[in-house]
Amino acid sequence: MLGKLGWDAIPWDQPIPLIAGAVVLAILLAVLAWVVIKGHVPYLWHEWITSVDHKRIGVMYVLLGLVMLVRGFIDAVMIRSQQALAFHAAGYLPPEHFNQVFSAHGTIMIFFAAMPLVIGLMNFVVPLQLGVRDVAFPTLNSTSFWLTATGALLVNISLVVGEFARTGWLPYPPLSETTYLPGVGVDYYLWSLLISGVGTLMTGINFVTTILKIRAPGMSYLRMPMFTWTALASNLLIIAAFPILTATLVMLTLDRYLGFHFFTNEAGGNMMMFINLIWAWGHPEVYILVLPAFGIFSEVVSTFSGKPLFGYRSMVAATLFICIVSYMVWLHHFFTMGAGPTVNAVFGISTSIIAVGTGVKIYNWMFTMYGGRIRYATPMMWSVGFIVTFTIGGMTGVLLAVPPADFQLHNSLFLVAHFHNVIIAGVVFGVFAGLTYWFPKAFGFRLHEGWGQAAFWLGLIGFYVTFMPLYVAGLLGMTRRLQHYDVAIWRPWVLAAGVGIVILAAGAAAQVMQLLVSIRRREELRDETGDPWNGRSLEWATASPPPAFNFAVLPNVQGEEPYWDIKRRAIESQQLAPEPQYQPIEMPRNSPTGFITAFFTTITGFALIWHMWWLVGVGLAAAYAVFVWFAWRDVEDYVIPADEVAQADRERRRARDAWLEANVRTREPA
Amino acid sequence: MRKRPGALAGVAAAALSLAACSGGVLDPQGPIAAHDSKILLNAVGIMLVIVVPTIVGTFVFAWWFRASNARARYQPEFVYSGEIELLVWSIPLLIILFLGGVIWIGSHELDPFKPLEAQEKPVEIQVVSLDWKWLFIYPDQGIASVNELTVPAGTPVHFSITSASVMNMFFVPQLSSMIAAMNGMVTQLALKADNPGDFFGLSTQFSGDGFPGMGFTLHAVPAEAFAQWVDGVKQTGPTLDRAAYLSLAQQSLNVKPFTYRAIEPNLFQAITTQQIPPGPGPAAGRASPAVHSRPGD
Repeated sequence: MLGKLGWDAIPWDQPIPLIAGAVVLAILLAVLAWVVIKGHVPYLWHEWITSVDHKRIGVMYVLLGLVMLVRGFIDAVMIRSQQALAFHAAGYLPPEHFNQVFSAHGTIMIFFAAMPLVIGLMNFVVPLQLGVRDVAFPTLNSTSFWLTATGALLVNISLVVGEFARTGWLPYPPLSETTYLPGVGVDYYLWSLLISGVGTLMTGINFVTTILKIRAPGMSYLRMPMFTWTALASNLLIIAAFPILTATLVMLTLDRYLGFHFFTNEAGGNMMMFINLIWAWGHPEVYILVLPAFGIFSEVVSTFSGKPLFGYRSMVAATLFICIVSYMVWLHHFFTMGAGPTVNAVFGISTSIIAVGTGVKIYNWMFTMYGGRIRYATPMMWSVGFIVTFTIGGMTGVLLAVPPADFQLHNSLFLVAHFHNVIIAGVVFGVFAGLTYWFPKAFGFRLHEGWGQAAFWLGLIGFYVTFMPLYVAGLLGMTRRLQHYDVAIWRPWVLAAGVGIVILAAGAAAQVMQLLVSIRRREELRDETGDPWNGRSLEWATASPPPAFNFAVLPNVQGEEPYWDIKRRAIESQQLAPEPQYQPIEMPRNSPTGFITAFFTTITGFALIWHMWWLVGVGLAAAYAVFVWFAWRDVEDYVIPADEVAQADRERRRARDAWLEANVRTREPA
Repeated sequence: MRKRPGALAGVAAAALSLAACSGGVLDPQGPIAAHDSKILLNAVGIMLVIVVPTIVGTFVFAWWFRASNARARYQPEFVYSGEIELLVWSIPLLIILFLGGVIWIGSHELDPFKPLEAQEKPVEIQVVSLDWKWLFIYPDQGIASVNELTVPAGTPVHFSITSASVMNMFFVPQLSSMIAAMNGMVTQLALKADNPGDFFGLSTQFSGDGFPGMGFTLHAVPAEAFAQWVDGVKQTGPTLDRAAYLSLAQQSLNVKPFTYRAIEPNLFQAITTQQIPPGPGPAAGRASPAVHSRPGD
């Protein structure tokens, strides 16, 4: 009945996961109880859970990403503290637990923190920047989100029910085969990624369709804001790369569940095939994450320098260049697997060529600042911190692309320091810049500047103190994933990194404080105009937060910086554009499809992990039934009457008019 | 912000010099590691040519064009320059072309499979990674050792490397490149220690619960001492026949070094051709693996 599941699946003898699980469960129950008692269930159901509004979905993605970022960070603290203690000693985490911790850290950070954060920002921003009302497939969008949440939920269930993979974040066979890891850990990994991977692929399809087919009148490709361009590139990469991941994991699943021999030692299996395939996805994946971050930096640097983005077309070219070349470099992840010198050299060169595209971007950001009037609000601080730090990470990356150097640094803490250098300085700094930049758009008030600056400095310094010592430890030959060690020369550097993570923890606390303080003081941080940063692209043309329909009338785009043009016209003529003719607007109806599908998919995934075959059948049948029920729907739109549209838009116009009144008459026209 | 570039360069320089003076990859003790690390430093040098001006330039622009600086000229129309675009595409490209040459030549010269050029015949050592220890077989001497490697200093050593079960990676930071150990396959590696000394080696590919116990010491000893060591090993210890190998292939953690006084010939070939089946996993398993220490450690 319960398959492999029994009471012994709960790690009764291990206090750490048990207490952690109990605390999380208690918080969850408390929140649930509060929601039910206060009567917030209908609000949550109608406004959020079943919402197909890209802005709401974006916010939920970001929320999921932030929660998982905290979970992944706690894992990081455990890794660093274990290594700080485990010199000639066992530390406090036994190997089978430590190995789960670093595997979960990597898996969670990439798939359930970075991806939801980046996809969440794309969800919120891209339709607004395109000047449209929603994505191409709103219900699919909701389903994507809930499937991602399913994956995240399964990974977290593994904390207390059974175990997580003990393989590292990429389950290299034959270690990940049942011969060597017969437990459910790898199965948790496989099913959570297979399920959330479907969600990610659908996001990719959704956004490529949206950007290619649904744009405001006049929004030609070469007028799209840089963030939208990078979102397009990123989603093209998703469409091309995620099927590879799914196929690879399906093959490993077949090995584990049905005794196939794709990657086993026996019967003609070849583990090198897995390693090639997983990196054919894995390398594009890092660009899926970092390209949108580049887009965020482009928006932020341009806005806060008070200048258009320098070399816009060159930036578009560099984005597409990176997008394509990122497919031709995967072998640099295993130069030490024994491919011949020519193969290694070709992939080494193709890898370093990517640095050309990235270099072009860095210079264009520099020249965007040149001749600017730079305001150092928190998003701009993150951006300058990024440019400097990422340059270092790029250099160590190209260094690792030189095979003879890689022969000495592969899998070392130098490598660990390198990819944290590019992912933290690139993706995480980018996400924080984006969150502080677009937060007022989403919620109508700005984040507290003082706490934002504190979070930035603690994050930046914490990053350097944590990862610069790890570069050195790697140069001293220390490899990654060591539960304990007894090489004395590594010790001081590991301890230094331990100090760094304390600073990073203070930075994380500052982020939380920033959010809490901002919510408490939201009235004084209120953004009335919808344009708190003097922005240039169309998202700032809407009220903060934007109405469900985004734009009362779709804007008519005439240049690369449509909102800047609108503002300039208003300033020159000292008045807003004439009030448009308001029409009723058709918007997609909310749908519980995504949530219910994900509910049954969670059950299916859990049942597959524990071999409860009957429950697998029930879950699949129910999920399919939801799909059929949705496909037979009669009504998919609802109409917002013209009056309501007019009312909302007149309010926005009043706020803009007040701004004109207060600022323009006292100032020279720009 | 403006204070950081100096601090950064200082930290980097300090880190490099510290790393250089103590036992890491920047303190090579043999020709392969020396060549690897020379290429490593050259590549860093080539890139610093472009990285340092970039970082300095970022700070200068970011500082000078701050909104509060009245002396900075605001040029909101400066949004494109063909000359600058030409420069920012071509300079990185030139650097990469140059680095590409280093990559091409370096990859070929330092191919791990390539034997060292030397007069004398290299010492042959067959390496098998097991769960979780290293087995070093000396076919010409007819002996073997576990988790300890003794080689003559000044003489080239040639390794043939495989795995009994999961993937591992063989690495002695001060002496060699690293190369994967995989079941059913043989990789090759050359190494030479210039002088006698003890050097740590390790597996650099995570291989399961006993992975951190796969560290070992490589003793580079003078040629006479090596011959004496071989003679000494031949006097004591168990024999590595097929049964002993199958027992050794069982999973075990943190195995202390020991030696075999004799070996069954062609054992390595039997492992690589899978005549001996791949190593078993845990005996039975829920969350915690059934790992056991080897009797007699």
